[in-house]
Amino acid sequence: MASLVSHPDEVRVISKRFGQGATDIDRYLQLDGYKAVQKALSMQPDAIINEVKNSGLRGRGGAGFSTGMKWSFVPKQSAKPKYVLCNGDESEPGTCKDRLIFEHDPHSVIEGVMIAAIAVQSHTGYIYIRGEYRYLSVIMQKAIKDAYAKGFLGKNIFGSGYDLDIYWHGGAGAYEVGEESALMESLEGKRGVPRIRPPFPAVVGLWGGPTVINNAETLAAVPHIILGGAEWYAGLGTPKNGGTRLFCLSGNLNKPGVYELPMGYNLKKMIYEVGGGIPNGRGLKAVVPGGSSTPVLLPEEIDIPMDFDSVGKAGSMLGSGGVVVLDDTTCIVNFALRTIKFYQHESCGWCIPCREGTDWLKKTLTRFHAGAGLKKDIDNIYYLSENMLGKTFCPLGDAAAMPTMAFVKKFRKEFEDHLDGKPCPFEKAADRIPAMA
Amino acid sequence: MKFSQEFEQRFADMLTHYPTKRSALVPTLLYAQDEAGALTDEVIVELAQRLDLTELEVRNVISYYSMLTTKPRGKYNVQVCTNIACMLRGGEELLNHCQKKLGIGHKGTTQDGLFSLEEVECIGACSWAPAVQVNYDFHENLTVDKMDQVLDEYKKKGTM
Repeated sequence: MASLVSHPDEVRVISKRFGQGATDIDRYLQLDGYKAVQKALSMQPDAIINEVKNSGLRGRGGAGFSTGMKWSFVPKQSAKPKYVLCNGDESEPGTCKDRLIFEHDPHSVIEGVMIAAIAVQSHTGYIYIRGEYRYLSVIMQKAIKDAYAKGFLGKNIFGSGYDLDIYWHGGAGAYEVGEESALMESLEGKRGVPRIRPPFPAVVGLWGGPTVINNAETLAAVPHIILGGAEWYAGLGTPKNGGTRLFCLSGNLNKPGVYELPMGYNLKKMIYEVGGGIPNGRGLKAVVPGGSSTPVLLPEEIDIPMDFDSVGKAGSMLGSGGVVVLDDTTCIVNFALRTIKFYQHESCGWCIPCREGTDWLKKTLTRFHAGAGLKKDIDNIYYLSENMLGKTFCPLGDAAAMPTMAFVKKFRKEFEDHLDGKPCPFEKAADRIPAMA
Repeated sequence: MKFSQEFEQRFADMLTHYPTKRSALVPTLLYAQDEAGALTDEVIVELAQRLDLTELEVRNVISYYSMLTTKPRGKYNVQVCTNIACMLRGGEELLNHCQKKLGIGHKGTTQDGLFSLEEVECIGACSWAPAVQVNYDFHENLTVDKMDQVLDEYKKKGTM
């Protein structure tokens, strides 16, 4: 069980019920649970979609696409059944927020899936949870069962005449399955190899039917928007970046943890005030602002609002909300190597630029960090990465390339310090395991 | 091939969840592995038959997912995360320590079959790093000392 933290600057919407025993359906009902879905049942589907559009809710999985817009792409008439698929395959390094939602407030995800289904007039939803999160799958299976027992799911929900089924599904260890088309392949019982687009899932998705795919945090926000109203939710954040976000603070911080802060919260403040600053009197070297696939930011680049557009303008991405903080004893070459090792391991091998690119990057960086680097390797690492960009079916290739290019561009000097057989200047720098409070 | 009552109940339920039988495959493989210890030839044949697939189709899926294995692991599979957030807080040191203490490397199993060790990718415990999963249980905010305690407890539990 992951421990909870708090900070006065937090605005609790999604995390409102954390620690309140809301896995119990009766407790969830006491805490305004399943009110939003009843309201949604009395609304026109288009009105639900407009409400979500106006709230400024954008995909919390990483891409930041407008949720209402995504729903509006689903055709009204469809010969094949329509589906809603909740993406709970949380695996982006630095990200551990969906875990808390499933652990503390599973019914909010169910309710979000229900509202999404009503909005696009679908009668079947799936909640996909990664295989490693077995205890959360157990919690979710019980939550769904309890919702059926109350008559909230199944035939004629809340006496509305609307039929809606929701099922759980489990993965078995694969980062790539977090990508929407690979997620559908996995749910269909196959290898998580991505599909080419178009057609997009909203038109041709699960078993060929139109499918809405949203991240668990995105869906958990939906009931709050329906109850509180689009205007209220949008007002919590910055223009075009509605609401709050669960930021996962990790790395070299005094108070790491998952904090719910308004969209647009200042990154520097997030690190030094919310996260308690850097331990052991060390300095800040760099910040990975939104999960391992987002380009690294330098200390002088972090005085920015944490919303999709501002972080984009700063040359990186808000991504999945995983803020990883690196202190000045971290070797960037080693950090880049660990990052690329991950993508090399997770690449499915379907697209050659990603399969070969990640493999060569891993080989080159391994040799480079071991002290056998050549000057031309530095440009080669950049060149290899650059040539993966935009050349793959799914964004895994980009996810490997973007951070690597930023490491080389922003820390070239540190790469050069590893040349000519010199040992890594940071090796055995100090006790890496900080004292825990 | 005999699975538990719970497995059979879950499997029967799952078949009603999807328009195609095959869709039940990935979660079923993991639950089958938990009961059989590994996805042995026998398990593969059984599940292929039940889901109207060829053995090859099942093996093709198994090889994609990192949690699935055709070879038995130790009773307690110690999975040490060394990905970035854990690495910054000592994940690699924890892995080295486990290797020394258990006398096995990545994907190795102790002779008594009690422990196996794996270096794994992000397990979603970044804010509580460094973290380790033993089978499905999370152990977080670890130090070398705490890791020793965790391993000792499993050893006690496993040899009781």
